Amino acid sequence: MAAQGSSGVKNIAKIVAKRVVSAFITLFLVSAVIFTISGLLPGDAAQELLGQSATQEQVEALREEMGLNRPALVRYGDWLTAIVKGDPGYSYVANMPVSQIISTRLPNTLLLAALATLVSVPLALLIGITAAIRRGTTVDRSLNILTLSLVAMPEFLIATLFVLAFSVKLLWLPSIALVSPEATWSETMRSIALPVLSLAVVVVAQMARMTRAAVADQLDRPYVEMARLKGVPFPRIVLQHVMPNAVGPVINAMALSLSYLMGGAIIVETIFNYPGLASLMVNAVTSRDMALLQSCAMIFCAAYLAMMLVADIVAILANPRLRA
Amino acid sequence: MISRIASGVRTMPLSGQIGFGLVVFWLLAAVFGPVVAPYSVGAFVDDEVFAGLSASFPLGTDYLGRDVLSRVLWGARYTVFIALAAAMLAVFIGTSFALLASLRGGWTDELISRAMDTLISIPSKIFALVLVAAFGSSLGLLLVITAITYVPGNFRIARALAMNLVALDFVQVARARGEGPVHLATREILPNMIHPLLADMGLRFVFIVLLLSGLSFLGLGVQPPHADLGSLVRENLTGLTEGALAIIVPAIAIATLTVGANLLIDALQKGGRS
Repeated sequence: MAAQGSSGVKNIAKIVAKRVVSAFITLFLVSAVIFTISGLLPGDAAQELLGQSATQEQVEALREEMGLNRPALVRYGDWLTAIVKGDPGYSYVANMPVSQIISTRLPNTLLLAALATLVSVPLALLIGITAAIRRGTTVDRSLNILTLSLVAMPEFLIATLFVLAFSVKLLWLPSIALVSPEATWSETMRSIALPVLSLAVVVVAQMARMTRAAVADQLDRPYVEMARLKGVPFPRIVLQHVMPNAVGPVINAMALSLSYLMGGAIIVETIFNYPGLASLMVNAVTSRDMALLQSCAMIFCAAYLAMMLVADIVAILANPRLRA
Repeated sequence: MISRIASGVRTMPLSGQIGFGLVVFWLLAAVFGPVVAPYSVGAFVDDEVFAGLSASFPLGTDYLGRDVLSRVLWGARYTVFIALAAAMLAVFIGTSFALLASLRGGWTDELISRAMDTLISIPSKIFALVLVAAFGSSLGLLLVITAITYVPGNFRIARALAMNLVALDFVQVARARGEGPVHLATREILPNMIHPLLADMGLRFVFIVLLLSGLSFLGLGVQPPHADLGSLVRENLTGLTEGALAIIVPAIAIATLTVGANLLIDALQKGGRS
């Protein structure tokens, strides 16, 4: 790291810039996909909103107001520029601006995701590194079966089991996560403890598996064998030789598996009645609120792409061949 | 065939054997379950709702006093059959595109790969939600929607496998012989990637079971009067506060199916490597 030449830095900057541009192009294409699918079978949004009893003139007037009479490509262009400017449009179902609906929900989901990350990362590191350094032992095999089973477990089973254990049997925690702005910090923590735990368990399994793979990969390298032959004690090999080299791949694995937060949040927020963005999106599907649905989908996709990008960049920075 | 499977299972680690047992159990339940179910699926058979275990209702009753065992056996049929068909469809579409991309190469490959890369950048549940909002959720649509959601993932794997094979001598020779693209794809390439492809289909099956039951759990999947295992969890959610069996049994049914399939695939892949 210390002996980094300026050409190496330039090289990395160039690769990173390329990835950032590529991520934005992907996001642009994703927006086209989402807009196309959600606008493909509009039935007739105006007709649907007004119901069967509306007169032809009323429907026509609303169609005009909603801009449904313009060509699809023009509508897409307008929608995209508005979103880039930070104005995702108007929800005719809820009768208020989409930005207003989202702004009350987004912080809740961010809090949930942040806390779940805080719980899951240390746990995954512990499980992953333990499994890797005890490769082939019973410990490793049991952890493998445990994480393999957790990965395939439906999120609502995990959440249900937590509710049964902590709120039905033990009566420790509430099973419904009501979050109000007036609640004190400790009240809020208590009410979102179960959603956070459930979400953390959902992501921890995948994260631990990828961490194990990353550390195990380093343990196979010749420099580990060299250190062993020199008589360096194994704990020191792991801490001083393996871990610094594994940091890049491990962070990469973390970022990749945090993308499981999105899918997990949808189920977890719904089961606990948590007022977040994911449960909002589910409601938007039920009420066929396309404007709201498109915005929620775009936020989730942007967050997902951002995490992939972070994973990518960390992998690039960690690759010593690119630093030459 | 049967003896080969038997010897394969015997040499597997215990976790793989358990997985094999669970998968076989649920396949049998999906095929024969409704035949052996003690009650009709919609029958109100008990006055007591959320009843516990009893001789006449081995797994208790649900929120309307229907037999949980019978409903789970029927639900398993929906879950297993839809997911199996969707997994096959996903692999069929994904692999067809992969073969096309690898044989044509050039800008055809560029174009298909770019499109698939875009689709894979949309988290699967988000993608499925948008599709359900746009098209609805009849049984046939659910099958297609869950399949489409996992096409890009299969495409990636299949393309990587096919690209390696296309470069090999025997494919080049067949090409020089003047064989058409259909022959190249089905006779030369496909037979040599069938094992990893089947393992991937197994994984897609697990993902699709989870996605489908997740959608049904949200009330956006299988609609009444039909009910898959996810719908059963949803409709009994009011029993959660009393820890009703009617909510735990279908949830565990899904978990044993997906965990079993995952353990089996893991064992098969490890066996294939050594």
